[in-house]
Amino acid sequence: MKPFVFVLAARSAWNRRLTLGVTMAAVALSVLLLVGIERLREGARHGFAETVSGTDLIVGSRTSPVQLLLYAVFHVGAPTNNMGWAAFQAVAADPAVAWAVPVALGDSHRGFPVVGTSPGYFEHFRHGDGRALALAAGRRFDGLFEVVLGAEAAQRLGYAVGRRITLSHGTGEALLPEHADKPFVVTGILARTGTPVDRALHVSLESLEAIHLEWRGGAPVPGLVIPAEFVRKFDLSPKSVTAVLAGLHERTAVFAAQRRINAHAGEPLQAILPGVALDELWQVLGTAERVLVAVSALTAAIAIAGLVAVILAGLGERRRELAVLRATGARPRDIFALLTLEGLFVTVAGSAAGLALLLACALLFGDLLLARYGVALAAQSFAPSELARVGAIIAAGLVASMVPGLRAYRLAVADGLTPGS
Amino acid sequence: MDPAAAVDPAAAVDPAGAADAGDAVRIDALEFTWRAGLAPCLAIPALRIGAGERVFIQGMSGSGKSTLLNLVAGVAVPTRGSLRLFGHELGALGGAARDRLRGDHIGYIFQQFNLIPYLSAIDNVLLPVHFSARRRARARQQGASPRDAAIALLARLDIDAASGARRAAQLSIGQQQRVAAARALIGAPEIVIADEPTSALDSERQQAFLDLLMACCAAAGSALLFVSHDQRLAAGFDRQVRMEELNRAPRGPA
Ligand SMILES: Nc1ncnc2c1ncn2[C@@H]1O[C@H](COP(=O)(O)OP(=O)(O)O)[C@@H](O)[C@H]1O
Ligand SMILES: [Mg+2]
Repeated sequence: MKPFVFVLAARSAWNRRLTLGVTMAAVALSVLLLVGIERLREGARHGFAETVSGTDLIVGSRTSPVQLLLYAVFHVGAPTNNMGWAAFQAVAADPAVAWAVPVALGDSHRGFPVVGTSPGYFEHFRHGDGRALALAAGRRFDGLFEVVLGAEAAQRLGYAVGRRITLSHGTGEALLPEHADKPFVVTGILARTGTPVDRALHVSLESLEAIHLEWRGGAPVPGLVIPAEFVRKFDLSPKSVTAVLAGLHERTAVFAAQRRINAHAGEPLQAILPGVALDELWQVLGTAERVLVAVSALTAAIAIAGLVAVILAGLGERRRELAVLRATGARPRDIFALLTLEGLFVTVAGSAAGLALLLACALLFGDLLLARYGVALAAQSFAPSELARVGAIIAAGLVASMVPGLRAYRLAVADGLTPGS
Repeated sequence: MDPAAAVDPAAAVDPAGAADAGDAVRIDALEFTWRAGLAPCLAIPALRIGAGERVFIQGMSGSGKSTLLNLVAGVAVPTRGSLRLFGHELGALGGAARDRLRGDHIGYIFQQFNLIPYLSAIDNVLLPVHFSARRRARARQQGASPRDAAIALLARLDIDAASGARRAAQLSIGQQQRVAAARALIGAPEIVIADEPTSALDSERQQAFLDLLMACCAAAGSALLFVSHDQRLAAGFDRQVRMEELNRAPRGPA
């Protein structure tokens, strides 16, 4: 092939930029999809892993590890069973355990989960590369009926320190019974973490006991009313928790500690390694991911098919052009290269545009995604796995573009210098 | 190896080097059929075209004029018999070598739609220079650079620099045909083939175009193989050939 054919193909493609531009946009969008999904997937895995990065063990009642991980850390789904306070104390007292923080779930406020915990939560919870929780405003909860908001919850609800709110019994968006007689006051708002902490409302375990004094088995006891000012006369020490987050002195002791806790004599407990549970979660989600990737690969195939159709459709009216090129010395293989290169250019330009689009999206919406979903869509350079996908699209575009290339080759040979005879 | 490399252009144009000294084209007992099984479209016992000769080939539409030109240009090969271009038997050469011979030695003007619409007139003129190193070298002898040669040729054919820079599609038919002539002439090929190049022009301009073309061919030393159905244009040629006499293939209803 003559290098000049390269120039010719570029100018020919530029000449037909309107028609080809549409197919280029289709290629760009499919690249955006295919690479964007990969980047979001990586971002999600990274973000989830960072959320549990400071926790060595999660302990709860017996259920599937993925389920325990989901409700204890991500506040998704509902626990089937709580564990008793004695069990929590047993975990905290394990010789390998450096710190243990209780997590009690079950209440919510306007769709945001309420997390009952101990002040140790603010000390020990780690996210990212070992960062601790920090307050953006106010202070931690101290006494009864005080609540510390995650950044996202505070922003979405428009709450500031000092605001009085009531919690609902149960989780979800449905109309829930309210703990209206015992309002909470916002004492602090946490800085953003990009983890589920941002969506949570944090209260003390004692506060949770207090608002459930007149509740038994998930429903208020008829006729029983205990005004807020009298709750201190009751025993507010925690009776049960949903799960325990624990850190160890030595990470190497994790399997021994896990075995000890699983064999706990009191009630049946289960200790899980968050990383292992996350892997299991990704395995479960793997099928959905593959479907997503398959669908976006299909859009890429459709975009390339459209490209081939457009170039083929234009070939009929270009037979004169091909004859002129033949007359000036072009060989059939030059004609083949001309048409193939045109398709390749569109694919390459479309891929570049798709990657640029992805970077633009990452710059525009990256912060939003990270804040709202804890998923990092980083505006970083491209990972090998991403470039491999782009390479696959370009390769597919090249192979597909050979179809009009071959057709033009045949036309050039058959027509000679008298096309259309 | 590129089979075209086997064709030595210097030897090819050296009159003393070839057996058929002086003949640019030499046809003997040629037969050509477009598709196997069809009746022959051309049957030519003999035709010789000398170097620098100006030959007018007259024939009705469908008489096989364009087919003959395709054969001389090496785009089609004889089904039987011999067609030699500067002594090279075209039927014995591979496609690449024939393409190379055409690019090196032949300038071609079509009836119309000669130009690549998305290139400027000058870039259209420069097309052969990109496909043939020989034409490139010879264009440099016509001007300081191939581009200068193209501009000079266009000026000679009454296309000013401003028109030369315009896209081909923006030129009038008459201008387009003159740009096509400049393209055929750049790098001074040994043969200029013109396939009814004036039939798209109005009659006053036909003779003017033909005069310019003949003058330019003479200046470049190129033979001119001019095909037309219009007998009135034959004046001024060295020789006239009638397809009806040249082609012995029985003309069926097609
Ligand atoms: N590329 C081609 N493929 C098949 N048949 C052709 C081709 N070009 C010309 N023919 C046929 O060859 C015959 C002679 O055509 P042509 O050489 O174009 O005549 P002219 O140029 O004298 O009008 C016609 O019957 C035409 O259909
Ligand atoms: Mg014709």
